[in-house]
Amino acid sequence: MHTQHSAIAATGLRKSFGDHVVLDGIDLDVPRGSVFSLLGANGAGKTTTVKVLSTLIRADAGSAWVAGHDLTTEPDAVRAAIGVTGQFSAVDNLLTGRENLHLMADLHHLPRGDGKRRAGRLLEQFDLVEAAGKPVSTYSGGMRRRLDLAMTLVGSPRVIFLDEPTTGLDPRSRRGMWQIVRELVAGGVTIFLTTQYLEEADELADRIAVLDRGRLVAEGTADQLKRRIPGGHVRLRFADPLGLDAAARLLGEVSRDDDALTLRVPSDGSLRSLKTLIDRLDDRAIEVDELSVHTPDLDDVFLALTGNPHDEKVTSR
Amino acid sequence: MSTPAPAGPAPADLRFHPLRDSATMLRRNLKHMLRYPSLTVMLVGMPIVFLLLFVYVFGGTLGAGLGGASGGRDAYVDYVTPAIILMTVTAVVQGTAISVAMDLTEGIIARFRTMHIARVSVLTGHVLGSVIQAAFALAVVIGVALLVGFRPAAGVGGWLATAGFLVALTFALVWLSVALGQVSKSVEAASNVGMPLLLLPFLGSGFVPTDSMPAGLRWFAEYQPFTPIIETLRGLLMGTPVGHNAAVALGWCALIALGGHLWSKRLFNREYAR
Repeated sequence: MHTQHSAIAATGLRKSFGDHVVLDGIDLDVPRGSVFSLLGANGAGKTTTVKVLSTLIRADAGSAWVAGHDLTTEPDAVRAAIGVTGQFSAVDNLLTGRENLHLMADLHHLPRGDGKRRAGRLLEQFDLVEAAGKPVSTYSGGMRRRLDLAMTLVGSPRVIFLDEPTTGLDPRSRRGMWQIVRELVAGGVTIFLTTQYLEEADELADRIAVLDRGRLVAEGTADQLKRRIPGGHVRLRFADPLGLDAAARLLGEVSRDDDALTLRVPSDGSLRSLKTLIDRLDDRAIEVDELSVHTPDLDDVFLALTGNPHDEKVTSR
Repeated sequence: MSTPAPAGPAPADLRFHPLRDSATMLRRNLKHMLRYPSLTVMLVGMPIVFLLLFVYVFGGTLGAGLGGASGGRDAYVDYVTPAIILMTVTAVVQGTAISVAMDLTEGIIARFRTMHIARVSVLTGHVLGSVIQAAFALAVVIGVALLVGFRPAAGVGGWLATAGFLVALTFALVWLSVALGQVSKSVEAASNVGMPLLLLPFLGSGFVPTDSMPAGLRWFAEYQPFTPIIETLRGLLMGTPVGHNAAVALGWCALIALGGHLWSKRLFNREYAR
């Protein structure tokens, strides 16, 4: 384990609530300055992992280092180095946006002038200048989430935990949040991101770990994960069984579904291979009702790895 | 796996600043009170309603029962005001329990727990805020009492001693209340936990002398903490003999403050479970 260069390193983290095992031996290694995404369905243990790593709760077993400090013996040093934006907004609803940021500046003991300047910059960066003087209780979900993250940044943390930062946000707000995350990483910050959106992990993360019922079932880059499952295919649907039979005889190595009248033909999805396929069908005058191209995405990976497509399926948007 | 060498930049300044953080949290709580004054208004209004009720509705009859030379309503105003003052303090600390319970449902408390701050400041912010709120409430309530005929015998020294005693009393009850607010499962529950505090002045020498009570109740009334507290207040304000009541009252305050403080801190440091 390369803890010297790791922003987060963990071995064998376990946590149960009563009889319910939530984390069942988690190993993590997140290099400094990277984005690490923990991907999983609801109840997989993502939030519990964040709570353990951010010192909110103690693991039953295992050890972890965050920003080079032992979680158990130096929680104060860990807290001084991290920032957490949780799933539920950690803002003071009775204060204004600006007051929330000043509160954070005061708690980080920034000199008054520095705190005010920093708050002003963050309000601009997060597009909250107009709303700065209004109570947070009047904010929309997206504004609240932006303020939440801005508050986390007041203390210039080196490691940031984002627990489902875009859950419940509209597409535009989500893209805005992604842009902010990219800028943070460009500034050298390490991001530990949990999400149930495969697209989000694909967009942002250098490395992705798939969490399923408290265990990591796979880890790697998005490309590595995609390579772990069968490749892409072309799906052909026919009007009648005769067409299906003819095409199956012609194409050989395919998987067929007699009920749906479809064939799955392995393909890399390139234009050339599609043209070849269509020409061959055309030569035999086989009528195809519908043709669709499927490239493997993280959805396929997730379903292949966790094998529980019906049980709280991961959402892909 | 080997234990890693300490990595990363030298640890930041890891000293805690409890006073500074408490001041910050106090500012936060005062802003809450100023921006949403309805709770404060209710806390000040309730003892005033009781004062008016006891003076104008019950005062004539109860005052006659006091058996003093003057008797009647005027005597009863002087008798009951110390109890109303105590009730003001208990009303304010009941508000504290509600505020603490409400605060703990807010996500920002989880944020505070992941920050490198003096944890106790979250609680001391509430305590100091409530003491200030109580000072304001007491000033209003005593003002109204003076308007309806309260004529204390205390001089400057007596008033200063009263103020000091009330601060000590509020401080003690607030710490207890901060703990009660934390054990409450909900905000609604928190608004009930202060009920006994509101009732205790009635089961003591607050509204009628304890001699008039049946034996069992009288025994309870004479030994419960609020009776020496009320008698001390009465002595400081009206010049009645204080005797050993002051020492007993301050002892209770110290005990309640220490117990409430330790209980509160323990509750706040228990594993985060929300």
